Amino acid sequence: MNKALTLLADAPAQMLPARELMAFTLATHIILVPLGVALPFITLVMHHRALRRKDPVALLLARRWSAVMAVQFAVGIVTGTVLSFEFGLLWPKMMGTWGDVFGLGFGVEAWAFFLEAVLIAVYLYGWRRLRPWPHFWLATPLPFAALLGAFGIIGANAWMNTPQGFRLDSQGRPTDVDIRSAVFTPMFGPQYWHFVVAMFLTAGYVVAGVYAVGWLRGRRDRYHRLGFCVPFTVAAILTPVQFFLGDNITRQVYQKQPVKFAAAELVWKTDTHVPEYLFGRLHPDGSVTGGIKVPQLDSILAGGSPGTKVNGLTSVPAADRPTPTQATIVHWTFDIMAGIGSVLILLALWYGWCWFRRRDLPRSVWFFRCAALAGVASVVTVECGWITTEVGRQPWIVYQHMRVSDAVTSTPATSLWIMFGIVVVVYVLMFGAFLGVVLRMSRRWRVAGTEPDGGDGHDPELDTPYGPRRETVEATGGAGPPESRSEPGDTR
Amino acid sequence: MTATVAAWILLLATAAYACGGGVDYGAGFWDLTAGGTRRGRRPRDLIDHAMEPVWEVNNVWLIFVLVLMWTGFPVFFEAVFSAMWLPLALAAVGLVLRGAGFALRKPSRRLAQRRFFGAVFAVASLLTPFFLGAAVGGVASGRAAPGTPATAHVWAGTTSVVAGLLAVAATAFLGAVFLTADAHRFDAPDMVVYFRRRAWCSLAVVAVLALIGLAETRDHTSYVYDRLTHGLGLLLVVLAAVAAAATAWLVAGRAAGWARFTSVAAVALVIAGWGAAQRPYLVPTSLTVQQAAGAPASLHWLLIVTGVAVVLVGPALVVLYRLDTRGLLEAQTDADVQGGARPSGES
Repeated sequence: MNKALTLLADAPAQMLPARELMAFTLATHIILVPLGVALPFITLVMHHRALRRKDPVALLLARRWSAVMAVQFAVGIVTGTVLSFEFGLLWPKMMGTWGDVFGLGFGVEAWAFFLEAVLIAVYLYGWRRLRPWPHFWLATPLPFAALLGAFGIIGANAWMNTPQGFRLDSQGRPTDVDIRSAVFTPMFGPQYWHFVVAMFLTAGYVVAGVYAVGWLRGRRDRYHRLGFCVPFTVAAILTPVQFFLGDNITRQVYQKQPVKFAAAELVWKTDTHVPEYLFGRLHPDGSVTGGIKVPQLDSILAGGSPGTKVNGLTSVPAADRPTPTQATIVHWTFDIMAGIGSVLILLALWYGWCWFRRRDLPRSVWFFRCAALAGVASVVTVECGWITTEVGRQPWIVYQHMRVSDAVTSTPATSLWIMFGIVVVVYVLMFGAFLGVVLRMSRRWRVAGTEPDGGDGHDPELDTPYGPRRETVEATGGAGPPESRSEPGDTR
Repeated sequence: MTATVAAWILLLATAAYACGGGVDYGAGFWDLTAGGTRRGRRPRDLIDHAMEPVWEVNNVWLIFVLVLMWTGFPVFFEAVFSAMWLPLALAAVGLVLRGAGFALRKPSRRLAQRRFFGAVFAVASLLTPFFLGAAVGGVASGRAAPGTPATAHVWAGTTSVVAGLLAVAATAFLGAVFLTADAHRFDAPDMVVYFRRRAWCSLAVVAVLALIGLAETRDHTSYVYDRLTHGLGLLLVVLAAVAAAATAWLVAGRAAGWARFTSVAAVALVIAGWGAAQRPYLVPTSLTVQQAAGAPASLHWLLIVTGVAVVLVGPALVVLYRLDTRGLLEAQTDADVQGGARPSGES
C-alpha cells in the first residue's frame, strides 16, 4: 500500500484530471455507440419488411427510427470529434511515440465514419423524394460501414492491450513497424466480435425496451408489437452468441493479459485451485472481504480443471499492476457485466420458448417489465465492459510499454480541471437536450396517433432540430423551397 | 517520397475541412449577425434549411485531419497539441458548444431559451474557426517547434491573431456565397440580394486581412513570406485571388451556383499556397516533413487506406452532393412520421 501511495504521489498532478476527463467523455460517447453501429441495421431490417410486405406500420416505424438516428448521429459526431482532440490534448506523448504504429486503425475508422455520415445523410433526407427501393438500397452499405468503423477502433484499442508489430531501437523508440501484426494483435479478434455483438444486442434491447414500456402502459396495437418484436428478436438471437464470445474473451484475457485477469477475478497469489469471488473487496494485503466465495471455480472457468494455474496480481511488481482499489473496480464491473449477460440469456430463452410453443409473445406482464429493463441493463453492461478493459490495463496506457503517467500532457492540472468542468456542464446540457428531443418526438407521435389532426397545434417552436419538421413551418417560413409545400399525405 | 505524398494529403484534407466546415461555420456567423427574432427569421430559416443535410459530413473532415496528423506525422501532432494546448482546447469546447447550441435551439419552447441557445451556437461558430485559425497561424509562424511548452507566446502572436481573424472572415465569405446560391435554389430573391451583399463585404474583409497578414508574415515569419511571394507559392496565391474575383462577379449574376466552386477554389488555393510556402517544413525551420514522418510501413499503408477510401467514399460523396443540389434530399415532415390514425386493436 505504501508503495502504491508513493506511486500516486509521484504521478504528475495533471494525471487525475486528464484521466477523469477522458473517462467522462468516453463513458458518455459509448452510450451513443450501440445506436450508431446497430440502429441503422435494425432500421433497415424493418424498412425491408415494410417494402417487401407493403406494410405501412413497419414503414412508419422505420421512418421514426431514422428520425431518432438523425439526432443520435449528430450528437455522436460532436462527442467523437472531442475524443480525437483529447488524444492530443491529454495524451500527446502516447500519440507522438506510438501514433504511427497503431494510428492506422483510427484512419480506417475515420474513413468508415465519413462513409457512414454520407450514407446516413442520403438515407435520412431521402425519405421524401427518392423512390422506395433505390432509397433502401442506397442505405444497405450502412451496417458494413459501421462494422468497418468498429474494426478500426477496436484494432487500436486491442493494440493498446497487447501491443506488437514494432521493435524498440536503442533509445526505446519504436522502429521496424509491421502494420499487419500491429492491426491484428492477439486481443483483436476476441475484442472485435465481443464488441460488435454487444453493440447489436444493446441497440436491440434499447429499442425494444421503448415499446415494452408502451406495451406495459396498455398500448397493445400492432405498431407496438412490431416495434418490439423486430429489435427484440435480433437481440435475443445474439444474447446466447454473446455468452460464448464473452467466455472466449475471458479465456483470451487469462492467457494474454494475465494481470488483467487476476484483477478481474481478484487473484492475489499465483496458484492452482483458485476460488471464484462474486463481488467482494480486495485489500492491500491480498485478503478479500465481502462477496461470495466459490471454491475452485476460478481455476475451472479459466482452464477447465481445478488444477489450472492462475497468475496472481503479485506475479508482477506492485508498480506494474492495478492498485487494490482499481482491481476491485475491475472485479465489480466484470461481475456486473457477466451477471447481467446471464440474466439476459434467461430472458431470451423465455421469449424463444413462447415463440416456439405458440408463435406469440409471452403474456406475462413480468416479461415486459424485464424487457423494458433489458435496454438500460445492456447499456450498463457496455459501460462495465469498457471499464473492465480500460482500468484492468492500469497503470499502462500501452501495455508494458508506456505508463499513463508517461503519456499525460504537461499542461497544468488547473487548466485541465477547468476544461473538465466546462465539458461536464456542456455535456450534461447536450445529453439533456438529446433526451428531450427524443422524448418530445415520441410524445408528438403518440399524440398524432390519437388525434387525427396532429394534436397540439402548430407552434413552430416545437420543431426538433434534425428530425422531422412541421409542414407548416416550411410553408410559412418563406425561405423554404416551394417544392416542400407538398400535401400532408404525400409521403414521397 | 511517401512522406511528401502523405503531407500533401494532409494539406488536401485540411483544405477540404476549411471549405466544407468553413461553409458551415460561415452559416453560423450569418446566423449570429442576422439580427433580432423577427428580422433574422428569414435568413435563419434559409440557413437551417441549407445546412441540414450536409453539415455532419462537412465536419467529419476534421477527424480525418487529426488522424492523418498522428498516424502520418506523430512528432508534429505531439508538438502542435503540446505547444498550442489552449487554442485547441478552446476549439474543442467550441465544437461541443456549437453542436449543443444547434441541438438545443429548436426544441426550446420559450423565446428567451431559443435566443440563448441560438447565440451559443452562433458564437461558437465564430470562436471555433478563430482558434483553429490561430493554431494554424502558430504553426506557420514556426513557434510550435517540438518540445515547446504551452505558453501564450506560441499562439497569441500577431500572426496567430490575424490567421484566426482571416479564418473567420473566410468562413463568412464561403457561407455567404453558398447561401446566395441556396437562396437562388429555393427561389427567394430578397435573400439572394441579402447574402450577395454579405458575400461582397466579407470578401473585402478577407482581402484586407490577407494584406495585413502578408505584411505581418514579412516581419515575423520571413520563411513563409519569402515562399509566398515567389515561385509556386506566389502562383497559387495569384490563382486564389483570381478565383475570389471570379466569385465576386459570379454571385452578382444568375449563375450564382458556379460561385460555390470558385469560392471553394479560392480558399483551397490559399491553403495550398500556405502548404507550398512551408515546404519542406511542417513547422517552418524546425521540423521537416521527413523528420516528422512516421514509420515508412505506416505511411505506406496510410496511402493505401486513403486510396481505397477515396474509391469508396468518393462516389458516395458525389451522390450526396448531387442529390442535395437536385433538391432530392429533404427533411421528413411530421406528416411523414405521424402516420395519422394508427391501426389498433390487435393482439
